Amino acid sequence: MSDDKPFRLLPRVDDTNEFFWTGGKENELRFLRCQTCGYYVHPPSPICPKDLSKDLAPEAVSGRATVHSLTVNHQPWIPGYDVPYVIAIVTIEEQDDVRLMTNIVGCAPGDVHVGMAVEVTFDEHDDVWLPLFKPRGTT
Amino acid sequence: MSERAAVISGIGQSDVGRRLYRNPLELTIDAALASIDDAGLTREDIDGIATYPGSMDTPPGFSGAGTVEVQDALRLNLDWYNGGIENPGQLGSVITACAAIGVGYANHILCFRTVWEGSAQGEKGRASVTMGGRSGGGFRAGGFMQWSLPFGAPSAANWIAMCAQRHFHEYGTTREQLAQIALNARKNAALNPKAIYRDPMTMDDYLNVRLITTPFCLYDCDVPADGSTAFIVSRADAAADLPNAVQVEAIGSAIHGRPSWDQWDDLTTMALRDAAAMMWKRTELTPADVDVAELYDGFSFITLAWLEALGFCKKGEGGPFIEGGRNIARDGEIPLNTHGGQLSAGRLHGYGFLHEACVQLRGEGGERQVAGNPEVGVAAAGGGPLGGCLLLTRR
Repeated sequence: MSDDKPFRLLPRVDDTNEFFWTGGKENELRFLRCQTCGYYVHPPSPICPKDLSKDLAPEAVSGRATVHSLTVNHQPWIPGYDVPYVIAIVTIEEQDDVRLMTNIVGCAPGDVHVGMAVEVTFDEHDDVWLPLFKPRGTT
Repeated sequence: MSERAAVISGIGQSDVGRRLYRNPLELTIDAALASIDDAGLTREDIDGIATYPGSMDTPPGFSGAGTVEVQDALRLNLDWYNGGIENPGQLGSVITACAAIGVGYANHILCFRTVWEGSAQGEKGRASVTMGGRSGGGFRAGGFMQWSLPFGAPSAANWIAMCAQRHFHEYGTTREQLAQIALNARKNAALNPKAIYRDPMTMDDYLNVRLITTPFCLYDCDVPADGSTAFIVSRADAAADLPNAVQVEAIGSAIHGRPSWDQWDDLTTMALRDAAAMMWKRTELTPADVDVAELYDGFSFITLAWLEALGFCKKGEGGPFIEGGRNIARDGEIPLNTHGGQLSAGRLHGYGFLHEACVQLRGEGGERQVAGNPEVGVAAAGGGPLGGCLLLTRR
């Protein structure tokens, strides 16, 4: 980790979640998808909750999402995280019951609103690519 | 057979304080012995024990004792015991005890919840609780925390704040409305000698204090404390010999959605929706019959969500319902958190609400007693994917 990058606590990568946390390496936001009914399963599970198929495989989605709710965090819970920052729950475009907790970056905290169109941008730390989201259409 | 086979025959509480720096097992024993005595029993009568969350080392001060330590300290001879965190909220332990009474596993069950978060966190406050940080070494988050910690969202304050923000978005709820939960709690705490914060709080105080995680300011978050609360849950058919017994009328423990803080279908209701609906299905009583409501306020919005879930107002109308504070005042439509809640009386983590419901139904509230001899009370605890509630009646 280079010192100029903001510090991040990282997830523990294992066989069940590696496709998700490393998808950013190929610039892909990936979820497990049922190969028989097409349902996206998140968080990862060995079985599709719709048709109980165990035939699941990671697939890339568009990376487009909508802000379902948000909070501007002012409390310095974790040393190294500079406040304030926006925590949001976003819903992916492909399926409205797949949500991610994330950060909205690339705009002022006060500009983030429920219903805002956002797209994924990856934040690389060690062996993990954290999916963050930015206003759609910005660079 | 139903939960009406159970009564709460005794209640007890240790000293309560912001930081007592006392052995949490000792606090637990104080509460336990007080509740046994209050029931008119002796420890030889206790044949069951239940607690939330059971013994655990982290977060600091979250658990003051498990069933094992208490059983051994008091040398109890038990026919049934249960301690665990995967329950319908903190009061899930009491709900489970009611079931054990109903099927006859035990006659008199000691239920307790002990926290010492105030002392354990020390002068650094809640900041001391969060793991890791730049100096945190090789820590990696697993389970649910992998989905929240990397994004700087380690606290239920963040997760519940997003539930509140969604409610604000859908229904136009405002901070000035939400403030009434905190202001009402403080007003009631002024009349509770054991409450931690008793000085008056104004709307200006509320709006000007520092933000924690929007829309929550400091006063939307409960105050870490030390203290233990205990109940004796007994067989209703033995209640003739139990002078202080309060009747359990119905319980709610349901969770029909996904058990998750962020994947839950409707963030504005959380799991409280299902627990409350189940409770009303199990009784002939209705929300209009309730005289006093003691509803969890780990964060202020949770109380608003319980008010809606329990039907004291319609879904989405919690903001206007509490606006101005009149409906929820001690002499209002539905007296709420009459001891000051966890926001002002201290974070006794769920058990404080059931304790206060019993106090009110027994007419022992002293200065803060609700007028008119309340006959029906509801106690509810939990937020997010955790929720459990009990409807109680005066015998």
